[in-house]
Amino acid sequence: MISNKRLVLAHFWLAFAIFGLAVLLGEWQMFIRSPLHGWIHNPDLYYRSVTAHGTVMGYVFPTLIAMGFGYAIAELSLNQPLIGRRWAWAGYALIIVGSISAVIPVAMGLDSVLYTFYPPMIGNAFYYIGVVLVVVGSWIWVALMGINLHAWKRAHPGAPVPLAMFANVAGAYLWGWTAIGAALELLFQILPVALGLSHTINAGLSRVLFSWTLHAIVYFWLMPAYIAFYTIVPRAIGGRLYSDTMARISFVLFLVFAMPIGIHHLFADPQIGSGFKFVHSVFTAMVSVPTLLTVFTICASVEIAARLRGGKGAFGWLKALPWDNPQMLALTFSFVMLGFGGAGGLINMSYQLDSTIHNTQWVTGHFHLIFGGAIVIMYFAIAYDLWPHLTGRAMQDLRLIRTQLWLWFIGMIVTTFPWHYVGILGMPRRMAYYDYTAPGMSAEGVAVVMSAVGGALLVLSALLFLTILYRNHSANRVEPAPFTFSQAIHEPTSLPLALNGLGLWVGLMIALTITNYGYPILQLIGLHDADVPAVYSGGQQ
Amino acid sequence: MVQASPADPHDSAALTARIEKRWALMVVSIVALLVAMVIFTGLHWAMMPPSRVETADPTTLHVSGEFVESNLGSSVEADGSVTVRMIGQQYSFTPQCIVVPAQTPITFRATSADVVHGMLITGTNINSMIEPGYISTFKTEFDKPGNHLMPCHEFCGVGHEAMWANVKVVDKGTFSKMAADTRRLTCDL
Repeated sequence: MISNKRLVLAHFWLAFAIFGLAVLLGEWQMFIRSPLHGWIHNPDLYYRSVTAHGTVMGYVFPTLIAMGFGYAIAELSLNQPLIGRRWAWAGYALIIVGSISAVIPVAMGLDSVLYTFYPPMIGNAFYYIGVVLVVVGSWIWVALMGINLHAWKRAHPGAPVPLAMFANVAGAYLWGWTAIGAALELLFQILPVALGLSHTINAGLSRVLFSWTLHAIVYFWLMPAYIAFYTIVPRAIGGRLYSDTMARISFVLFLVFAMPIGIHHLFADPQIGSGFKFVHSVFTAMVSVPTLLTVFTICASVEIAARLRGGKGAFGWLKALPWDNPQMLALTFSFVMLGFGGAGGLINMSYQLDSTIHNTQWVTGHFHLIFGGAIVIMYFAIAYDLWPHLTGRAMQDLRLIRTQLWLWFIGMIVTTFPWHYVGILGMPRRMAYYDYTAPGMSAEGVAVVMSAVGGALLVLSALLFLTILYRNHSANRVEPAPFTFSQAIHEPTSLPLALNGLGLWVGLMIALTITNYGYPILQLIGLHDADVPAVYSGGQQ
Repeated sequence: MVQASPADPHDSAALTARIEKRWALMVVSIVALLVAMVIFTGLHWAMMPPSRVETADPTTLHVSGEFVESNLGSSVEADGSVTVRMIGQQYSFTPQCIVVPAQTPITFRATSADVVHGMLITGTNINSMIEPGYISTFKTEFDKPGNHLMPCHEFCGVGHEAMWANVKVVDKGTFSKMAADTRRLTCDL
C-alpha cells in the first residue's frame, strides 16, 4: 500500500507533463530540418529547442520517474511508510526550481549550448545552476533510498531484501556516483567561467568528466524499466520470475560495469590515448552481459506464464501468452527495440566500426531507440500498472492502452531506422537544416521525411498516453487488490551477504572508476597548455 | 523447458540453475569473441584510434607553428606520403576544399581555433573530433578518386549547420603534377 500517493503522483505527473512538451519540441525539430520545410531563418531557435528537448528528456524526465517509482517501491516492497517524506518534497521542489531556472535562459536564447554543455562554449550561468539544482534534488532521493533500506534491514536482520528495493537502491547509488562527473565539470570548470571568475577552460578535460556521467546515466534511465521487467511483468501476465538470484546479479553487474566505460564516447577525441580507449571498449562489451542475462531470465519467466496457461510445444507456447495484456505488449515491444538498439550499441562500442558512424544521425537513432523506445515504453507500462493503486480508480481503457503502445512502437521504429540509415551515409547530427540539393545529400531527404512521419506517430501516442492517465482520475472508484511484485519460482529464504546488500558492489564501482578514469583525468588536469579561452554564446560576456 | 516439479523443489532449483549457467557461459563467450575481434582488427589492420596527446594554443595558431595559414592544405612528404593540415573554426574549415591523391598514405593533422568541432568524410570511415587546445592526428588512405562531403559533426554554435567542406580525391599522377609547382595544395569546388 502506498501511503504517500500524492508524492508519487506529483513526480509522475510532472515527469509526463514535461515529457509531453519535449516530445512536441522533438517533432518540431524533425519537421523543421526535413525537406518538408524551407531553411529556418533563425537556426538559434532550433538549437534552443534541442537544448530544451535534451535537458528535459535526459535530466528531468527520467530522474522524476526514477524518483517517483523509487518512493513507491520503497513503500510497497518494504511495507513501511517512507522515512523522510519532507525531504522527498524538498527534493521535488529543488527539481522544479532548477528546471525553471534552466529553461528561462534557454528559451531566451542565452544558453544554446545543448544539454551536453560543450565548453569552451559558455552560456548564461542560470542554465548550469538549474541543472545542478535538479541533480542535487535527485541526490536527496538517493540518500532517502539508502536510509529507507537501511532502516528496514535493521528491523529485519538477515531477511532477504525484496528484489524490487534491491534493484531500486542499486539504481539510486549508480546515479549518485555517475552524476559526480558532470557535477565536477559544472562546478569546477563551467560555472567559474560562466560567473566571470575565470576565462579559460580545458575542453578535453570537460569531455572526459562529462563522459563519466554520459554513459552510466543511460543505465540510470534504464533501471526502472529493468525493475519492471523483473518485478512487474511476470506477475502481471500470470507467470513467475525464473530466477531471483540472476536478477540480483544483473543489477549488481550494472552497478559495476556501467561506470568505467564512458570513454567509448571519446574514441574520436584527441585528448585520450588509445590504451584507455581500448580498456573502455572492453568494459563496454562487458556491460552487455547483464542485459543478455536479463533477456534470458525474462523470456524464461514469460514462458512459465505461457505454460501455466496451457501453452505447449517448443514455440507453440507463444500463442498461449496474454497478448491483450498491456504489460505483455509493452515487454515485447521493449525487447524488440532493445534488440535492435543493443545490436547498434555493440557497433558503437567497437572503435573500428564506431569511426563510420560517430556523431552521425546513427547515434541519434541509437539512443532514441534504446531510451525513447525500449525504456520509455516501460515507463508507460509502470504508470499503467501503478495508476489504479495511486488513484483508487479502475484502468478501463485497455483498448486505448494497446493502441497507444502500438503507436509508440511503430512510431519509434519509423523514426529511428531511417536515422540509422542516413547516419551510415554520413549525415551529421544536430543541424538546423540540410542542403538536400547538394550532390550526395539528395538521397537522404526521403529518409528524413520518414523520420518526421514517425515523430508524428510518437506525438499522437504521447497525447493518447496523457489522455488515458488523465481520464483515469475520473473513472469508477475501485478498491484495487493489494499491490504485489513478481514471485520467483524459488523465492529466496536467505541470501549470501553479497547479494543482500550493495556495499561490495558500490566499492567495486568506485574502484573501477578510479582505475579507468583516474589517470586520464589527472593527466589532463596537469595539462595547462590545453586551457583555452571561453567562447561566449548568446551574446554575453 | 522448465517444469517445476512440486514433488522435489531441489531438483527443479538445480535444473533452473544449470540452464542459467549454460546461458551465462554462452553470453561470456559472445562478449569474449567480440573483444577478440576488436583486438584482431586493431592489431592486424592497424585500425587504432588516434593515440598521441598533443597540444596547440588556439590563440596563436595564425601567427606561428604548423597551423599558420600558409602551411594549411596538402603537402607531399619525403617518403611520398601526404600530410593534410587544417583548422576548424566557427563556421568553416580552412581549407574549404581538400585535395588528396588516391592510393597514398595520408596523415591528417587538425585543430580548432575556437570551440569543439568535428569532421567526417562521407563514404569513408574517416571521423575525428577537432578540439581547441589539442591536435587530432589520424592516418588513412583513399581507394579511388571521387568527391566527398566533409561536414562538421559536432555542435559548434548557431552556424553549425552551414559548416561543410569538400574533399576531392584525384589519381596519383594528377596529384603529383599539381604538387610539382606548389608547396601546399588546396582546391576549388
